[in-house]
Amino acid sequence: MTSVSSDVEPPPRGGPGRRLSTFFFSHSRARLGGLLALPLGWMLVIYLGSLFLLLLASFWDTEPFTSDVVRNWNLDNYRRLFEEPVYRNVAFRTISMAVYVTVADAVLAFPLAYYMARVASPRSRNLLVVAVLTPLWASYLVKAYVWRTMLGEEGIINWLLAPFGLDGPGYTTAGLWLAFTYLWLPFMILPIYAGLERIPSSLLEASADLGGRSVRTFFKVTLPLAFPAVVAGSIFTFSLTLGDYILPGLIADEQFIGTVIYTDRGTNLPVAAAFAMVPIAVMVVYLWGARRLGAFESL
Amino acid sequence: MIESRTTRVVLRLCAAGTLAFIYFPLVVIAVYAFNENISQTWPIEAYTTKWFGVAWRNEEVRSALLLSVKAALGATVIALVLGTLASLAVSRSRFFGRETISFLVILPIALPGIVTGLALQATILNVLAPIGISFSIWTIVIGHATFCIVVLYNNAVARMRRVSAFLEEASMDLGADGWQTFRFVTFPQLRTALLAGALLAFALSFDEVVVTIFTSGAQQTLPIWIFTNFARPRELPVVNVVALFMIIVSIIPVWLAQRLAGGTGLAADRPREGSVAASIETQP
Amino acid sequence: MRGKRISLWVALGLLVGALSVVAAGCGGGGSESSSDWQVEGLGSTIDEIQANAKNEGQVNMVIWAGYADKSWADAFTQQTGCKVSTKDGASSDDMVDLMATGAYDGVSASGDATLRLIAKGDVAPVNFDLIPNYADVYEGLKGQSYNTVDGVGYGVPHGRGPNLMVWSNDAIPADNDTWAPIWPGTDYKGKLSIYDNQIFIADAALYLKATQPDLNITNPYELDDDQFNAAVDLLKQQRPNIGEYWDGATYAKQVTSFKSGEAVVGTTWPYQVNLMAAEKPPLNVTAKVPKEGTTGWSDTWMIASKAAHPNCMYLWMNYIISPEANAKVAEYFGEAPSNAKACDVTSNPNHCEDYHADDEAYWDNVYYWDTPQADCGDDRGEVCKTYEDWRTAWTEIKG
Repeated sequence: MTSVSSDVEPPPRGGPGRRLSTFFFSHSRARLGGLLALPLGWMLVIYLGSLFLLLLASFWDTEPFTSDVVRNWNLDNYRRLFEEPVYRNVAFRTISMAVYVTVADAVLAFPLAYYMARVASPRSRNLLVVAVLTPLWASYLVKAYVWRTMLGEEGIINWLLAPFGLDGPGYTTAGLWLAFTYLWLPFMILPIYAGLERIPSSLLEASADLGGRSVRTFFKVTLPLAFPAVVAGSIFTFSLTLGDYILPGLIADEQFIGTVIYTDRGTNLPVAAAFAMVPIAVMVVYLWGARRLGAFESL
Repeated sequence: MIESRTTRVVLRLCAAGTLAFIYFPLVVIAVYAFNENISQTWPIEAYTTKWFGVAWRNEEVRSALLLSVKAALGATVIALVLGTLASLAVSRSRFFGRETISFLVILPIALPGIVTGLALQATILNVLAPIGISFSIWTIVIGHATFCIVVLYNNAVARMRRVSAFLEEASMDLGADGWQTFRFVTFPQLRTALLAGALLAFALSFDEVVVTIFTSGAQQTLPIWIFTNFARPRELPVVNVVALFMIIVSIIPVWLAQRLAGGTGLAADRPREGSVAASIETQP
Repeated sequence: MRGKRISLWVALGLLVGALSVVAAGCGGGGSESSSDWQVEGLGSTIDEIQANAKNEGQVNMVIWAGYADKSWADAFTQQTGCKVSTKDGASSDDMVDLMATGAYDGVSASGDATLRLIAKGDVAPVNFDLIPNYADVYEGLKGQSYNTVDGVGYGVPHGRGPNLMVWSNDAIPADNDTWAPIWPGTDYKGKLSIYDNQIFIADAALYLKATQPDLNITNPYELDDDQFNAAVDLLKQQRPNIGEYWDGATYAKQVTSFKSGEAVVGTTWPYQVNLMAAEKPPLNVTAKVPKEGTTGWSDTWMIASKAAHPNCMYLWMNYIISPEANAKVAEYFGEAPSNAKACDVTSNPNHCEDYHADDEAYWDNVYYWDTPQADCGDDRGEVCKTYEDWRTAWTEIKG
């Protein structure tokens, strides 16, 4: 219960604080500017500025021996990205993995999110939300490493599957896919849960009243309404997979966009910077599409 | 409920299955923390608690923990200030760049961490180093704060939607100036959302490693310590213990945030029953 | 409204662009070798250094795994008051990158890093008068091309060793003496464990030196077009057989893979061999230098030109080549020490003989990691592949 304390005195009419406040009240632009100055300044100078520097660096050269960056404007780095097949292969491999992971996460997350949002009792709902949130904050690195341990030849996955005569995926792309799916799952569950929760029951009841069986209601009403939330979750799963540079080397020994950028980060910054523009471009397009689909409301 | 009984049972099973999938590796981590042997094979042969003592006595671990906490506090404070300012601007004014601000704020967390890290490191090495600024706790804090802003911003914006502008106008009609209005009217309603956001931002910063690798130089936060040591066979048992510790420690702010904000703590939430705002909102 | 939004973006873009270009213009400059051993903060006598070190209290280094184990690092901390904090370099590239950040005080660099570090100005020359133990270092390690430029010494030799071939005795007979099993044409698909860095191209070149003499490869780091392309082709053929890559930061996974049988043959450092032997039960593997020869390393401790803790670093450099510490690290890692006196205090009295510490003839056939440059150093002129070419090729090979 909020309340304004009754013994607060208004500041004196002509006082400086009051004059400043009046000024800001009547000049909304100044107020806006004042409020936005710090955060916008931070984002522009520190974040966008750094990204822009990276973009500039992608047009420069390296000195072949010392790996120093030489400010020689050219398009060679981009030319190399297009001409060398390895960069295309790596980009394709990474983007495909991001898609597979996003799909797997969406499939896994939806039933749980639906259960939490619409079926569970309010008390279990709270518990479930905490239960889903907690692993989100368990160290990413630790989870990555435990997957390496679990997927090993003598790890727990093989041990569990042995009685069935099966073999775990091991250190392969499949194992990597499994690990990625696991790591980003909570990022998908939460937005979908929030999105499903926001659907008013009245809509679903109306659909039932109009004769829709639950499957039909699901596909015609629930899913389209929840879709923006799925897209919102997919922003994270996609972006996190796209840029990861620790897991691919740890589990599958394959080159992904992140690992190539990481290896080149010092010895050939311009090429790394140029290649870094690929995930940026992909994500900007993805974000733009997500916004069109209304995903930003669900974040 | 409109779902059929079968659907509900199936859903319950799926939910349980997914939850089991989520928690299984965490349980494995916890179990390995008690593994006597240095090697990581399964099944575990002998159990012990000695590694907890070893981890606590390890000075590197303790200083890494301290650095992580300090950096997280710094990042949270900055994100709190910047996120609140931005949310106030966006919620109370109509200006043509509103959506741009939202887009901008979400960029650091939407773009892959390696891009952010690479960009920040390039700036530190090429712009800051020549003027004498090198890696320090502040480079870590700046990196973290940049993507923590969005957590605070989202929470604050969502809450501000529920805080009626009429209340603020009423307050000013009654003679309070802008600052008093914020202090006595707006902020108390924002408080729990900000606290929830701050807790989440703290946890986010505490766990961060992808960008921190680029912004920390030779310093070691706790995740960096894990990163440096999890490939060293002799340090592995201590790493397992530290891992378990990080999991447990991260439960606390999350649980607190959940209690404070309700909902997911990440998105819109309902104001508490009986509050002035709620009663105003129900007016047409 | 639309027009205003566009102009907002334009304004933002211009502002950001202007700031960045200004920033870019300010930053960086050419780098040149530092010829001054006087790192800021360094004392000029040994007593001064020891006193300053107590104030510094710490030293941060980039090292090869195992070079600063607690068993001798703790004694160092007790003696000097400097706490030792290390990062395992994944490869020489990684080490150069880490040193470029300016955040570390020193590095144990191999020959494919030293020259670049010197050229970049990231490391400072060493004043050997301030390192008493330097006098006892083998002459064969002093004044070498990889640690001395224009007569100026840039580091303190740490020790040297060969890269070994390791195999599981169940898969390959213990008396095998050739590299052939890791190259195409043999039967170990998916079971190879290979070092993850472009310097491995030299190993391919070395193999070709023995098996394709008409390529005329003499120095595996000086490869012209034909020789280089042949080596790269060989590696591309090998790629599908590789089960895992390892590097200086992930060496432990090689031990686990051999233990579980996921890897049966590959390249390794003596450090992993020691780790495999220390497993319970010890792994049934053999590791040796095959007849075709091998690459290797001769490492040098170097101090960063902007070291934050130069005094502690000098004390470390002196400590690590002292007989006791040098003997310990040589045995722990499995290499030849750099200090002749260390041979008297190794726990295995034959260590120095086993590792050819004083046998210069042996090291003529071990091709220390070196930095490929365009200048072939012989009458071919400047046609050899550069370090940059090797880097690019490696990314292609890995695919």
